[in-house]
Amino acid sequence: MTVRVQQAAFDPGAELNALHAANLGIGAVVGFVGYVRDFNDGQEVAGMLLEHAPGMTEKALGKIIVEAEQRWPLLRLEILHRVGRLEPGEPIVFVGAASAHREAAFDACRFVMDYLKTRAPFWKKEDTAEGARWVEGRASDQAAAQRWGEG
Amino acid sequence: MIRLQYFARYRETLGLDSEQLEWNPAWGQVADLRDTLLARGGAWQVLAEQNLMCARNDEMCALDEPLADGDEVAFFPTVTGG
Repeated sequence: MTVRVQQAAFDPGAELNALHAANLGIGAVVGFVGYVRDFNDGQEVAGMLLEHAPGMTEKALGKIIVEAEQRWPLLRLEILHRVGRLEPGEPIVFVGAASAHREAAFDACRFVMDYLKTRAPFWKKEDTAEGARWVEGRASDQAAAQRWGEG
Repeated sequence: MIRLQYFARYRETLGLDSEQLEWNPAWGQVADLRDTLLARGGAWQVLAEQNLMCARNDEMCALDEPLADGDEVAFFPTVTGG
């Protein structure tokens, strides 16, 4: 169970393959990759700057991992989130969950992303033709997190 | 002493990323500290936003979180990672 916050790019395929390495009890691996899009809220996006709160970020992600482990029988759970300057098409975030069976892996992966979206201190600032703008939180993200109930 | 941090849009609006304030025993909870900052007027009104988020000692909390001398408090807008 690991949390990584880094500027460096990563290979989503390699992250996914690493999840089931050397554990033959793993029967299911589910991975989510979030990418930078080139368009958002009616404007072309040339890139973005991802700010975070060092110290608080690792704690918040660690707390999400602990909660996921309490809810599902997971064999591995990884969160990798990039910070700093990112270009359209680049992966921002990887969440991978491994379990004996698919249901726990599917659910835990989605849960971690839903909680990360609303409970981890990251902020996106997009570059557009009209200048840089901070991305605002979405009500749909709050609703997605609330679906899992308070815990 | 309270150490304060501001992130993202708030940091830019306030033109400040951190500061330290002498401890005030009237600060029973994070909301009281925010009231002190709001009383500065001007750009500080950004902390009145309804979707303001905060953290105490590196853990996100609600505005009614109890506060103690020596704590670190952060104020920031809704998070947008992932």
